Amino acid sequence: MELYITKNEKATGKIIALDDMILTKDYPTAAGSKMLDGYMSLFNAEVVDRLTNGGYSIGGKAKVGELCIDLLGETSYFGAIERNDGTLITASSEIVKIGEALAAIGLDANGTSRRAAALNGQICVKPTYGTVSRFGTISIACSGEAVSVTANTVDAVKEVLDVIVGHDDKDGTSLSEEKCALLKSNAEFSPAKKIAIAKSITDSAEDSVKSKIEEVKSVLEANGIEVCEIDDSVLSVAKSAWNILMSAELCNNVSRYDGVKYGYRTPNYTTIDELYTNSRTEAFGELLKTAILFGSETLSTDNYMKMYDKGLRIRRIIVEKFAEIFESFDAVLLPASAKNAYTKADTDANKYIAYDENLYTAPASITGLPAVVAGGVQFIGKAFSENTLLDIASKLEGVGK
Amino acid sequence: MATKYETVIGLEVHIELATESKIFCSCSAKFGGEQNDHVCPACCGMPGMLPVVNKHVVDLGMTAGMMLNCDINRVTTFDKKSYYYPDLPGSYQTTQWFSPVAVNGTVRINTSKGEKDIRIKQIHMEEDAGKLVHDDWTNTTFVDFNRTSVPLIEIVSQPDLSSAEEVVAYLERLRSLLRFAKVSECRMEQGSMRCDVNLSVRPEGSNVLGVRTEMKNMNSISAIERAIEYETARHIDAIENGTEELVQETRRWDDIKGKSFAMRNKETAGDYRYFPDPNVMPVCIDDEWFDGIKASLPEFPEVKKDKYITELGLGEYDADLLTESRALCDVFEEAYAECGMAKEAANWIISNCMKVLNRKQLTADMLDINGKALGQLIKLVADGKVGNANARKILDEMFENDIEPEKYAEENGFIVSNDTSKIQDVINAVVAADQKSVADFKSGKEKALMALFGKCMKELKGNCDPQILREMLLKTIQ
Ligand SMILES: [Zn+2]
Repeated sequence: MELYITKNEKATGKIIALDDMILTKDYPTAAGSKMLDGYMSLFNAEVVDRLTNGGYSIGGKAKVGELCIDLLGETSYFGAIERNDGTLITASSEIVKIGEALAAIGLDANGTSRRAAALNGQICVKPTYGTVSRFGTISIACSGEAVSVTANTVDAVKEVLDVIVGHDDKDGTSLSEEKCALLKSNAEFSPAKKIAIAKSITDSAEDSVKSKIEEVKSVLEANGIEVCEIDDSVLSVAKSAWNILMSAELCNNVSRYDGVKYGYRTPNYTTIDELYTNSRTEAFGELLKTAILFGSETLSTDNYMKMYDKGLRIRRIIVEKFAEIFESFDAVLLPASAKNAYTKADTDANKYIAYDENLYTAPASITGLPAVVAGGVQFIGKAFSENTLLDIASKLEGVGK
Repeated sequence: MATKYETVIGLEVHIELATESKIFCSCSAKFGGEQNDHVCPACCGMPGMLPVVNKHVVDLGMTAGMMLNCDINRVTTFDKKSYYYPDLPGSYQTTQWFSPVAVNGTVRINTSKGEKDIRIKQIHMEEDAGKLVHDDWTNTTFVDFNRTSVPLIEIVSQPDLSSAEEVVAYLERLRSLLRFAKVSECRMEQGSMRCDVNLSVRPEGSNVLGVRTEMKNMNSISAIERAIEYETARHIDAIENGTEELVQETRRWDDIKGKSFAMRNKETAGDYRYFPDPNVMPVCIDDEWFDGIKASLPEFPEVKKDKYITELGLGEYDADLLTESRALCDVFEEAYAECGMAKEAANWIISNCMKVLNRKQLTADMLDINGKALGQLIKLVADGKVGNANARKILDEMFENDIEPEKYAEENGFIVSNDTSKIQDVINAVVAADQKSVADFKSGKEKALMALFGKCMKELKGNCDPQILREMLLKTIQ
C-alpha cells in the first residue's frame, strides 16, 4: 500500500515524512481532498525550511484524511491506509513505524497525530500553542491546532522538536523566542512527581485501553511517581466545545476553496453561484461537508451566542480547570482513543467517530496545552512543560508496544 | 394642511488609510499599478498564509478616533465576516465586529442653520476587497487583487443628519480632519473615501423612524446630494400618494439617470457569521502607545487658521489657503520659525511653492520640502543676499534635494555682490554697446531704461541689489 502521495525518491540521511497538510513548493499539497488535488504552493511551510536548513531530508508527503479532521485518514480522496489485519492507521505514523523516516510532522487539530501514535506505540508531541510556526500549514482550526512530531523514540522527537520550535514573524500567534526556548531539550525542567488520571474520560474507554492506563500507572509508580485519580467532569466537556469551535473555524478556513482562484472547478456552471456550489459539492467529501454545515450553523446570527460564544466560554473554564489541577499535579494522564484498534467497520458504522473521539484529544487542543503520547496513552502538561512530559515518556519506552 | 416631513440620515463612511503597506501583508497599499501588481499569497487568499497586523493601521485608526472625539477601546480585536464574492479571495473579510478601535464620538458641523454635533457610533478597521474587471470582448470577468487587504476605516454615524446640506458639511468636515491628521488623502475620485447613505423619512416631530433604505458605495459629494434629494422625494411620495410600498432594502444610485434602483435581494441578503479571528491576537493599546498617538495629533484646522490671523497677522484668504492642507501648514510653520516673517513665508508657499507643485502636477498635500530651509531662503532674499529670480531657482532645487540654501547659493554664484566697481564696469560696457537705448531714454522713453537695466542684471547673473543697480545706471546715463 502506497503511504506517500508524493515520495521524494532522492531523500537520504535523516528523513522526515510530512503530512500532506504541510505546504511544500517542491511537491503538491492536496490535504487529502479532491479540491486541492495537484495544488502547488508558491512557498514552503516554516517547519519545512527549518528542517531542510537543519540538514534533514524531506521524504515526501504522506496521505491524510480530507483536511485531517477524520479518525485515521479514512476520508482521504486518495484512499485510506488499511493494514493486512484490516486495522486503520495514518500514513505518516506508519512510515515512521516501518523505519522509512526518522519522524513525521503533522497538523494536529482533531487529534489524529496523537491518536495514530498511541495506536502504533509511538511517541508524539503536540507542543504548546504558539511555539511552532503554523505558517504554511493548511488551516483547519487556527485557535488550537498545532504542528506535531511523531517518532519511535523520545530522543528522535526531542531532536526534531528542537529544530522546529522558535518564533516566526510570519505567524501572528507565534510566541517570543524566549518563551519558545523554555521547551527546548537543553532547558531546565523539573521531573514529574505527581500525575492525575482523568477518571471519567478513562472510564469511558474500552477495557483494553483502561488496562493500558493501569500498566502505565504501575510503571510510573515503580519510578517513584505518585499517580491518583481526579474528578475530570469539566474536562469531558472539552469535546463538545471543541467540536463547535473547530467546525466553525474549519467552515471559515475552507471557504477560500471556492473554485475561483485555484483547486477544483466544476465544469457544470453558468452562474457564479453554481460555480461555487457545484465545485464544492463535487470536490468535498461527506465528513467535511457535515463539518462545514455544522460550523456554519454555530456561527449563524441565531446560534452564535448559544453555540460559538458558549464554546469560547467553556474553553476559558477548561483552561482554568487545568490551571487548578496543575497546582497539585505535574501532568494529567488520559487515553488518546477509546479503542486500541479501529477498522473500516468502525468508521462505516459511525462516520462522525472522530468527533466522538475528541473526548480524548480535545482537552489539549482547546487549551493549547502541550500533550505527549507515549506507552499508548496521553499526558497533558502545563504550557512549556514538554521536557517534563517527554521525561515521563522516556520511562515508558517499551510499554504498550 | 400638508404634513411636513423630516429626513433622517445616517452615514457609513469608508476611508482608505494612508499606509505604505496592506493591513495583513507587506504588499504596497498605494493607488495605481498594473493589475495584480501589488499582490502576494496572503492577500490572494492562498492556503497557509497567516495575517500579521500592520501596527501603523492601528495608529491611524486611533488617530481617526481621537480626531473625532471618540473613546478608544484599549483592547481592540479583529473578526471574520464570511461571504462569497469573487473579489474576496479568502471568502471572508477581516473587520472589527465585537470591539472596534473607537466608539462614541462627535463631529461638529456648520451649515446655514448653524452649528450641530453629529454623533459617531463607532470607527472600525477592516480590509478592502479586490475589483472585478469585465471584458465584454471575451465575455469574461477578471479579478484584480491590488486593492484586497488595503486598510480601511469605516466611520459609522448615528442617524443625526437631516439634509443633503448637513451630509455634505459632515463629509467635508471628516475629510478636512482626517487629511489634517494624515489618516487618509480622502480622495473620493480614487475611491479612498466612499459612503453608504441610510435614509428614512417621517412626519416632523415624530419619534418613530420610517422605513430605511440604504444606498451603497457613493463616491462623489454632488452625487450624494442628488441621491439624498431624490430618495427623500421618493419616500415622501410613497407615504403621501401610495405610489409604491417602501421596504427596507439596499438601493443603487444611478447618477446618470438620476434615480435609485432596488438591488436584487440576493446581492444583499445573507448571514455574515462573524466570529473572532483566531489568527490575529487582540491588540492591546498601552498608555505609552495611547499617549504617543495623542501627542501626535495636529491642531484642528480652524484653530490654526485663527492663530495665523490673530497671532501672525496673516490675511483671512492666506490663512484659509494654508489651512486647506496639513503639508502647507507644516512647511509654513517651520519656515516661519526660522525666518520670523509670517507674511513672506505665506507668500512663498502660496505663490512660489504652489507654482512648482502645479508644474509637477502635484496636490498641496504632496508639498514635501524642508520648511527650515525655506525659512533660510526667505531670510537670504530679505537680507538682499540673493535676488528673487535666483531664489526661485534655489526653491526648485529644494524640491529635488535637501540643500542648505546659503551654501547652494554660494556654490552656484547666486550671492548678490555689492562690489560697486564691478557693477560700474558692467554698466559702462552695456551703455557703450547700446547707445540707442541711452538716446531713447534721454528722449523720454522710460522703457529704454528697463532694457538697459535688464541687460546689466543679466551680465551680473542677477547677483545685484536692484536698487543699487538702478541708481548707478541712472547716474551713468543722465
Ligand atoms: Zn499581499
